[in-house]
Amino acid sequence: MVETTQLDKVDVVKAAGRIDSHTSPELKEAFDGLLDQSRYNLVFDMSEIEFLSSSGVWVLLETQKRCRRRNRGDLVIASANENIQKTLDLAGLMHFMKMYEDVDSAAGSF
Amino acid sequence: MPRETFDASFENLARICKFVTNAAREAGFSEAEVYDVELATNEACTNIIEHGYGDNSDGKIECSVEVDAEVITVVLRDWGTPFDASDVPDKDFEVPLQELGPRGAGLRLMRGTMDEVEFERLPGDENRVTMKKNR
Repeated sequence: MVETTQLDKVDVVKAAGRIDSHTSPELKEAFDGLLDQSRYNLVFDMSEIEFLSSSGVWVLLETQKRCRRRNRGDLVIASANENIQKTLDLAGLMHFMKMYEDVDSAAGSF
Repeated sequence: MPRETFDASFENLARICKFVTNAAREAGFSEAEVYDVELATNEACTNIIEHGYGDNSDGKIECSVEVDAEVITVVLRDWGTPFDASDVPDKDFEVPLQELGPRGAGLRLMRGTMDEVEFERLPGDENRVTMKKNR
C-alpha cells in the first residue's frame, strides 16, 4: 500500500509494512508516477515500514538518481526505524541519502 | 528442527521469513537479531527465486532452522542454477552498491547481518545456503 501526498513544493510518498521483491514494484510505480509529472523533490516517509530488502534499497537508489539529474531535486528519507537504518547503512546508502527524524523536517529541507 | 518447503515465488518471501523469525523469536533472540536473520533469509531466497530459478515457476525452496544456546542456523535448499558467490567481493563494504548490482547488494546484506554465510553445490543439482548468527 503506497500513498502519495502533494505538499507545496514537495511530494511525500508513504508506504507501510514490508518492502521486498514482491511489493517493491508498487513503490517504484508510485515514485515513477511522480517523476513522470516532473515532481523531483521527494520525501519517503518510512514511519510505517517494518522491513526493507535490497530490492527496496534499489528502488530508492534509482529514484534518487533520477531526482538528482541536472540538480533538479532529491529524494530524502523520513522516520526510518533502527532496523531500516541499519539496512541502509549496510547497503552503503547512508553516505548518499539524507535522513530526517520526521516528515516535517524532511520536507523543510527543500 | 523446523523444516518447511515453499514454492519459490516473491509472493512467498514474507511467509518464508515468518517461518524463520518465529523460530528465532521462540528461541529468545533479540528483535534486532531477529531482523538480521529475516533480512539475510529474504535476500538469500530472493537470489534463489530471481537468479536460481529465473523463469521456472515450479521451483521449490526448502527452509530449515536450527537453534541452540549460542547460534541460529538457517539452511535453504534449492534445485536451480547455482550461485557463484566468488563473483562478489567478500565483506568489501567500500565497493559502491551501484557496482555490485542487485544480486551483489543482496549478498552484501546477507554477509553484513550474519556471522557465517556458505554456499554449496551438492549432488542431485542441489544448492545449499547455510547462514549462522551468534547470539
